[in-house]
Amino acid sequence: MAVCVAVIAKENYPLYIRSIPTENELKFHYMVHTSLDVVDEKISAMGKALVDQRELYLGLLYPTEDYKVYGYVTNSKVKFVMVVDSSNTALRDNEIRSMFRKLHNSYTDVMCNPFYNPGDHIQSRAPAAPLMAVSVRRAFDSMVTSMMIQVC
Amino acid sequence: MEGLTLSDAEQKYYSDLFSYCDIESTKKVAANGRVLELFRAAQLPNDVVLQIMELCGATRLGYFGRSQFYIALKLVAVAQSGFPLRVESINTVKDLPLPRFVASKNEQESRHAASYSSDSENQGSYSGVIPPPPGRGQVKKGSVSHDTVQPRTSADQQEPASPVVSPQQSPPTSPHTWRKHSRHPSGGNSERPLTGPGPFWSPFGEAQSGSSAGDAVWSGHSPPPPQETWVSFADTPPTSTLLTMHPASVQDQTTVRTVASATTANEIRRQSSSYDDPWKITDEQRQYYVNQFKTIQPDLNGFIPGSAAKEFFTKSKLPILELSHIWELSDFDKDGALTLDEFCAAFHLVVARKNGYDLPEKLPESLMPKLIDLEDSADVGDQPGEVGYSGSPAEAPPSKSPSMPSLNQTWPELNQSSEDTAIVHPVPIRMTPSKIHMQEMELKRTGSDHTNPTSPLLVKPSDLSEESKINSSVKFASGNTVADGYSSSDSFTSDPEQIGNNVTHQRSHSGTSPDNTAPPPPPPRPQPSHSRSSSLDMNRTFAVTTGQQQAGVVAHPPAVPPRPQPSQAPGPVVHRPVDADGLITHTSTSPQQIPEQPNFADFSQFEVFAASNVNEEQDDEAEKHPEVLPVEKASDPASSLRVAKTDSKIEEKTAASVPANVSKGTTPLAPPPKPVRRRLKSEDELRPEVDEHTQKTGVLAAVLASQPSIPRSVGKDKKAIQASIRRNKETNTVLARLNSELQQQLKDVLEERISLEVQLEQLRPFSHL
Repeated sequence: MAVCVAVIAKENYPLYIRSIPTENELKFHYMVHTSLDVVDEKISAMGKALVDQRELYLGLLYPTEDYKVYGYVTNSKVKFVMVVDSSNTALRDNEIRSMFRKLHNSYTDVMCNPFYNPGDHIQSRAPAAPLMAVSVRRAFDSMVTSMMIQVC
Repeated sequence: MEGLTLSDAEQKYYSDLFSYCDIESTKKVAANGRVLELFRAAQLPNDVVLQIMELCGATRLGYFGRSQFYIALKLVAVAQSGFPLRVESINTVKDLPLPRFVASKNEQESRHAASYSSDSENQGSYSGVIPPPPGRGQVKKGSVSHDTVQPRTSADQQEPASPVVSPQQSPPTSPHTWRKHSRHPSGGNSERPLTGPGPFWSPFGEAQSGSSAGDAVWSGHSPPPPQETWVSFADTPPTSTLLTMHPASVQDQTTVRTVASATTANEIRRQSSSYDDPWKITDEQRQYYVNQFKTIQPDLNGFIPGSAAKEFFTKSKLPILELSHIWELSDFDKDGALTLDEFCAAFHLVVARKNGYDLPEKLPESLMPKLIDLEDSADVGDQPGEVGYSGSPAEAPPSKSPSMPSLNQTWPELNQSSEDTAIVHPVPIRMTPSKIHMQEMELKRTGSDHTNPTSPLLVKPSDLSEESKINSSVKFASGNTVADGYSSSDSFTSDPEQIGNNVTHQRSHSGTSPDNTAPPPPPPRPQPSHSRSSSLDMNRTFAVTTGQQQAGVVAHPPAVPPRPQPSQAPGPVVHRPVDADGLITHTSTSPQQIPEQPNFADFSQFEVFAASNVNEEQDDEAEKHPEVLPVEKASDPASSLRVAKTDSKIEEKTAASVPANVSKGTTPLAPPPKPVRRRLKSEDELRPEVDEHTQKTGVLAAVLASQPSIPRSVGKDKKAIQASIRRNKETNTVLARLNSELQQQLKDVLEERISLEVQLEQLRPFSHL
């Protein structure tokens, strides 16, 4: 359902970005980039209150003609941005929330690995050894894939 | 057969060979297959072999008895020395060298043979043996099979004079492990110059050097050679005796090694030899790992934090990606820290990797931390496949059977501990990484028979939800605070989240519920805010007495009144507006109704609940509580409704606020009210009738009362487990109640239906007219 998923670090550079129609990636990258401004705006708007009371799910950041962009930010200012197709009307808000939640969970799994340095790109590189299997980053990747490919 | 006189060395040698061939452990018969192999390895022409067999009488007998075998061996020696084969030659030929069996295992045998002779000779033989190994290593590179002859011959030239030693090549086909042993000395040898950098990782230094030498030698070789060795090691228990001899001799070579402990070498050897038995850790290895663990974390029950583990394993010089992978495999509960079991598993994997084994995709069964894990039986079988035997005679590793017993052992333990659980509900167990969770699941499974009769499936998710609700109102509260935005409309998948929260909380020792029936989503991870600080969160929520949270949350559950439920009543939420409506009304109406059914036994606990609920809505108003109490008397329906309502409602932080409020309120009892969230089944669950079941309510109240506030303190699993057990019990009772109520409703509805049908029947004739 999602056509593009991105994980942005605190300093606003991407840790992970993936889009489904791979040919037009640049457009999605651009959309994600511009959405960061909206995210920042939302964060600062609620910034007065305690961080904990700030909601993680930011909701619809902005809609375009074809797409809608949703945002989610963690307490450590890591942002998740998701672009969904507007034609996908069946997507309800709570579904988006649940997708973000899953994303967050996978992200924390990646984080928990002490060999992952925060700020590294989350990638599941082809393993050196032939049978090296799933890494948590790959699980992250596959989770994102599942979100994207959930055909409606 | 003529009597056979053997020298001591011969005697020992032959008996070892016999043991080797005696795969069936009958002590009488040497398996023909092995024997033939042995003879082939003796490199005698076929007809000679046949002749030998005939002479020794095996052909006659059809099998190799011990005496036949010995005779045969003697004849082999005779033949190899060039003497004509005669029966008489057995005893007449003096000073016969031991029969030589050329196989890839040569070296071991030579050493083996050497070890049988005097120690000095051993030394000599070793020194003789040592130079060959590098060559041998190269040989290994070349081929995995038994074609190590040519290089061996070069080794022969180095043979010392000792007759015993001269059969350097002679190694009878003793277990392949010997080969590995030889590898080590060679590794040690070649490593000598490298010892400098070694000490870096001192405990591992030797292993490292040994293994890296081995690795270098292998260079692209991977598992097969060791595999063969190890498989046969597993297969031939008698050879373990040989193995034990070896360490002694190896120790003679400690000078060669940089770091010392031969025991380490032994361990490494053993480690490699144990791989075929899927990833099983031997006792020595385990001890070694435990010692290493102690150097980092003296408390064996404690954790090694991720950063310390990272440093430790980085010393092994494996690439970060592989270490990352190992971590993912071994950090079973995904908490960023390693327990003793996890650490041993990780260490074992590191060693495996260093020895050239590829890492598995899933954690092998024998490396699992002691949990009852029902999932991974397949892994063991996968291991051999992954490693790739290449034509070795090895049989498939025994696989799961060794590890199964260990799993089985854990069962009884859990069984015993779970006697008191009343929870029987066969909740589908989701194999989440949480140890505690899994143990709890086991407990539940093995628990007693308080069966939840019907609607297992239906109830399960609700059960889950119930549990989690009940379990940690606080948890949820904390979770809720964070996840505020998530509205009630969240789908079911949110529950796993909560469950995950629970799990996390567990880890953080706030005592969470196990659960998870959860469906599809991967083991839920705690909300970001929760992780280990969950206890803090909870504190905070508890601290929030002002009941900010309650907000409409609690109240809203009632908004969903499912149907003409019998007693939605208790509307914990509702409270105030007490409706005179019968129990059965309401529900559909706003939650505000509080059926005033005076016919309930009152339960102070309910009061508490009511109070708490009330508080939630109203934020204090302690005085109201008493009023509500009577209303609340609702029997279990009340509680169940409450639960149900919570189901329908989404997160309610009320739970948290409730305890807080309650504490402030009149009744200090305040068992944490069941967490209000739960959307899921809501409607179905809201069915329970309100009436009666005072008993149930009593039970519930009791259960709830017993529920402690989130125990912050412990960190130990046990308490968490107990807490979760309690919670589960509560949930169970609640669900049982719900169930009965629903059944009753069903009956009513059926009756209605019947009456309607009757009416229809009556009317029908008229319609025809």
